[in-house]
Amino acid sequence: MSDERTSIAMSKPAVGEAGRTGDWRNKRPVLTAEKCSAVKLGKPTCQLCWVYCPDACVSRGIGPEFDLEHCKGCGICAEMCPTGAIAMASEAVHGVCEI
Amino acid sequence: MTRITELPDAGFVLPGNRACAGCGIGIGLRQITAALDGQMVLINPASCLTVLGGMFPIASVRVPWIDVAFPSTAASASGVAAGLRAMGRAGEMTVLAMAGDGGTADIGIQALSGAAERNDDLIYLCYDNEAYMNTGTQRSGSTPSGARTTTTWTGKKENPKDVPAIMEAHRIPYVASTSAAFPDDVFDKVSKARGIHGLRYIHMNTPCPSGWGFDPKDTVALGKLAVDAGLVVLYEVEAGEFRLTGRSKTLAKTGRRATVADYVATQSRFRGMDAQTIAAVQAWADERWERFVARDAGECG
Amino acid sequence: MTGNEAAATAAKLARVQVVAAYPITPQSPVVESLSAWVESGELPAEFVAVESEHSAMSVCIGASTVGARAFTATSSNGLAYMTEQVWWASGARLPIVMCVANRALAAPWNVLNDQQDSMSVRDSGWVQLYCRNNQEILDTSVQAFRMAEQLNVPVMVCYDGFLLSHTVMPVDVPSVEQADAFLPPRPKPLQVVDPADPRNVGPVVMADPRRDGDGVMQPGYMEFKAMHHRALLDALEAVPAADAEYAAVVGRSWGGLTWEHLLDDAEVVLVAAGSVGVQLTLVAERLREEGVKAGVLGVRCYRPFPAAALAAKLAGRKLAIVFDKALSYGYEGPICTDLRAALCAEENAPAVFGVVCGLGGRDTSPGDLADSVRRAIADAHAGARTRATEWLGLRLEGGAL
Repeated sequence: MSDERTSIAMSKPAVGEAGRTGDWRNKRPVLTAEKCSAVKLGKPTCQLCWVYCPDACVSRGIGPEFDLEHCKGCGICAEMCPTGAIAMASEAVHGVCEI
Repeated sequence: MTRITELPDAGFVLPGNRACAGCGIGIGLRQITAALDGQMVLINPASCLTVLGGMFPIASVRVPWIDVAFPSTAASASGVAAGLRAMGRAGEMTVLAMAGDGGTADIGIQALSGAAERNDDLIYLCYDNEAYMNTGTQRSGSTPSGARTTTTWTGKKENPKDVPAIMEAHRIPYVASTSAAFPDDVFDKVSKARGIHGLRYIHMNTPCPSGWGFDPKDTVALGKLAVDAGLVVLYEVEAGEFRLTGRSKTLAKTGRRATVADYVATQSRFRGMDAQTIAAVQAWADERWERFVARDAGECG
Repeated sequence: MTGNEAAATAAKLARVQVVAAYPITPQSPVVESLSAWVESGELPAEFVAVESEHSAMSVCIGASTVGARAFTATSSNGLAYMTEQVWWASGARLPIVMCVANRALAAPWNVLNDQQDSMSVRDSGWVQLYCRNNQEILDTSVQAFRMAEQLNVPVMVCYDGFLLSHTVMPVDVPSVEQADAFLPPRPKPLQVVDPADPRNVGPVVMADPRRDGDGVMQPGYMEFKAMHHRALLDALEAVPAADAEYAAVVGRSWGGLTWEHLLDDAEVVLVAAGSVGVQLTLVAERLREEGVKAGVLGVRCYRPFPAAALAAKLAGRKLAIVFDKALSYGYEGPICTDLRAALCAEENAPAVFGVVCGLGGRDTSPGDLADSVRRAIADAHAGARTRATEWLGLRLEGGAL
């Protein structure tokens, strides 16, 4: 090893340490934009979906976007959305998971 | 009180990490790192957080991080603080020790007490998921009465250790109790702690779907329910002055919104808890709650 | 000065930056001296009065990780309590220096000297050195910081509790200039703790190599341990080199890996680590007067084990008698076992007999040691190539082995 630092275990940050954690989920979040208060008002409003995602997979946009490569499908965002704008839809369509 | 819309978009916790779906730690950790703006070194013993942090050679959290032995969190952090001071680097970053309840209330309490007695300059944050979750849900000193774990199959008999109260008895400059279900409260308390010197202790209740037995979607809802029942109380003791914060402050005026019976019905770890035990826990919770309300009102001084 | 004062003086000369302090007999005066110097300003170090020995090493680990020169001292049960962290410090490749004032391990309680405490951690991946007098304690402890920082391996400097720790001997203290000339400030650590370049130091490592975020294969656990072991093997050169470089500045050498007395034409070689080796020099001299070609081969560096050096020095001898102040229970003295193993493939190797002595501070007078050597010689003359371990100095009935 040419870099002396490889004689110790020292990790560098990167997304996806556990791989494509999107593969973990059975359900994915789906936004109904018309129900989202941020979309309706055209400005940031509650951002609860953004703040409550344990994995930082929900953006803070006007109309949140979901990182489906890594979203584990926990469902917290859907559960906490005050307007019911997020629903959890099953991954299995005709027995096949799709992204 | 920082509003959720005012919280910074710090991005230190990276997606694709190894925590369980719906893990409360990630919610809290995003705000802890944001409040310190990444200008920190996180000292972490064996725990769920270690797994979230990632296996070599990839790290899931973009802050300086040192893994340490299980009993040693506070002492290792004291050493980091002393080393930084000796190197003239003390002002560069906040030293944050972050351990689970097992690593804090049980195996780590000696080192924590020593660091507190010395008033070492670091923040110690305990994320309390109320059992040794990383090793498969064995009971800890923080496990609530009535909870079933793999070492309390018929429900834990004892009430949990009150670690914030223990830390208060050390007369350190800042003690706080918060919850990952209230990320704004977490952010504010860590931000406040950042500006204080000496040993600052923060206890963060952290719901755990895997170990408590509930659907991961309910992590935040149940964390809030615990506060509504007065089982988890949001408060801080700053230079000896007590105050309730956030939702608990509101509940002190309006009254609690839930009972212990309401709470234990939501999680399979409490399945089989009989009415007598629930009543006993309710009495324990009532006495604690009333004491906190009285302190906040200034009746205890 | 006492051995403890010598150890503390060395840490001061080395400009140690963080001292973790916990008391245990017979080491306590080390941290007491350092405490006084920190409070007076003579030693501008961070002094952390920890609440246990486990925490003492934890503080050293934390401080060393961010680049500070760290030091602590302990003995006996304190070392035993610290043992998890002793392994951690070396696996983490931290150049910590620790002095161990050798003392017996409980149970039963005993505050007096033997080497069981440091022997119990000989496998832990530290460089382990044994001193025979207070001057050597001071010189070796200063050298320890240099070696540790070159190898990125912690170094344990051992000396006999009470026999050296509390006994006053003449000690020449190098000047500050000499110490600074020999020991520069610690180089930047391997570990990176920097918000501008965030890294996770010491995470879980899997059994097998694994790709990082850039797709580059990184080592698994076993590779890291191989690197650690290689660093210990590098100490076989680093220990004599440090001794020689120190001698060039200060004018004193302690032999590097081993030391010897009357060894050249010796047929019977007495082997030991620590101050009992000095008593053995008196034994060798007395036996020479009786016509026995006796000599002493002292083990200064016990880990890494200087197998080749010892084998070379013992080639052609008739008998080696190893005096251990410790035991691997259920077997024999540790130095005896290691030496026997080092010689087993050598042609021309001496017979190796083991003696366990001095446990719990049991006195080992030169007279008793000489008698032990005479018995060993008699057994060897009778044709024995091996012999059960002799327990020297057991007294009560039923205590024989």
